[in-house]
Amino acid sequence: MKKNILPGFGITMGITTLYVSLFVLVPISLLLIKTASLSLDEFITIVTNERVMHAYKVSLTTAFIAAFLNAIFGLLLAWVLVRYRFPGRRIIDGLIDLPFALPTAVAGMTLAALYGPEGWFGQFFQKLGIPIAYTSSGIVIALMFIGLPFVVRMVQPVLENLPKETEEAATSLGASRFQTFHKVIFPEIVPALLAGFSLALARGLGEYGSVVFIAGNMPMKTEVAPLLIMSKLEQFDYAGATAIGVVMLLLSFTFLIIINILQKWHRKHELR
Amino acid sequence: MREHKGIKLALIFTMYGYIILFLLVPLLFIFTKALEQGVAVYLAAILDEEARSAIRLTLLVTAITVPLNTLFGISAAWAITKFDFKGKQLLLSLIELPFAVSPVIAGLMFILFFSPSGVLGTVITDFGLRIIFSVPGIVLATMFVTLPFVARELIPVMEAQGRAEEEAAISLGANGFQMFKRVTLPAIKWGLLYGVILCSARAVGEFGAVSIVSGRIRGMTNTMPLHIEILYNEYQFAAAFAVASLMSLLAVITLFIKVWIEHRTHTSTR
Repeated sequence: MKKNILPGFGITMGITTLYVSLFVLVPISLLLIKTASLSLDEFITIVTNERVMHAYKVSLTTAFIAAFLNAIFGLLLAWVLVRYRFPGRRIIDGLIDLPFALPTAVAGMTLAALYGPEGWFGQFFQKLGIPIAYTSSGIVIALMFIGLPFVVRMVQPVLENLPKETEEAATSLGASRFQTFHKVIFPEIVPALLAGFSLALARGLGEYGSVVFIAGNMPMKTEVAPLLIMSKLEQFDYAGATAIGVVMLLLSFTFLIIINILQKWHRKHELR
Repeated sequence: MREHKGIKLALIFTMYGYIILFLLVPLLFIFTKALEQGVAVYLAAILDEEARSAIRLTLLVTAITVPLNTLFGISAAWAITKFDFKGKQLLLSLIELPFAVSPVIAGLMFILFFSPSGVLGTVITDFGLRIIFSVPGIVLATMFVTLPFVARELIPVMEAQGRAEEEAAISLGANGFQMFKRVTLPAIKWGLLYGVILCSARAVGEFGAVSIVSGRIRGMTNTMPLHIEILYNEYQFAAAFAVASLMSLLAVITLFIKVWIEHRTHTSTR
């Protein structure tokens, strides 16, 4: 291998390592060390408390449903944006990132007012007898808003780079449009779809700003785990907050690892 | 070999409906609510003493966070894309990690460090410093949350650029700064700008992490997102949405710059 003549490795690597250690490694290790200072019994008592278990359940189910719906609609949006030409395409493509650019508190407040009993959308749902704000449906709405760009932005480049030839070959060999999509296009986008899904899921599990306004935050009903951490901190119960936080952290990491493995498995499967 | 016309139209209309209901209406709603009680109420809400102090603090935090994260982002992208070393994958995962950590947990980590009962608590009180419930804490929490943005945008761009041009510059006798200014920067400027914009948008809008370390002292440690939360909880909706409309305007400008950058890079690669 030839020698790398480019300058600056020492200093840039130094800055990077220092920064990552100070801001990521040390704080996260501290969180784990702090948890280790609890006895196993204490830890289990905190994290299996009924109210805490409910909060995990609410966080997990709403994040799952929202990420799932985002995967479906995200795929649809990406498909339409890449494959079709229609008025306003550039503007809509730009608008997709709105949930990333808009502060979460603004999003939460807006959705709560829109879907509240007197809001523009809330009135309509109220008549149908389906309240949205201050129920778990409200949480799902907020998480769908926040997670909207993830799947679209993951799937879009893959669809753009898909070679036209394979599709044409499938069609000329007599495959229907549906068969072509199912057998040729879909397998290509599965890894991106999974990546987008997992990002939306991880974000949804930890989301706070957009959720607190619309959730109603009733213990045992619509209280999400991040909110519970917040209220423990307000009571200066640092050990309790840490224990719940560590469980949340482990949950997100586990999901990310599972999705990673699924993606690798899928790629291997495809190459054969 | 295109889809059936009907399917195509159905998909396009579903997309329109989704975008209008989920993105456009909420955006319009913010501005409608903000101006509902007239321009006088709107201006009063924005020019209010507490609102102004919140705006100042938000700008200060952004002005500290973004340059530091930009310096980090450029360094990290340079080291990762232009050199080969062991543990690159691990480093990449660590840089992305703040995206997988709940902002609430991010705030909690800094509490565990700097609160009076925290690890560094006694050291800090001995020196008479305040970190938690004060500006440094807000800056630290914001830095953690926005850490990946610039690096994440730059790494793919620098990877695609390769190493040959910079190697040529060096072997022709350029020093490091000349090489960076003349070769690297022109190639990465749009990616860099986009990363900086995303980082700023998040720094301005961060809520969960900041709300934990800030202590929400009015006129002192209230940022714009915390200020609108207080107004909202006090049922001052017009005022809350007025301040929110400022941040939404910033978000819309961010999106415009993004579309513009994408347009530029698209036409320049052709």
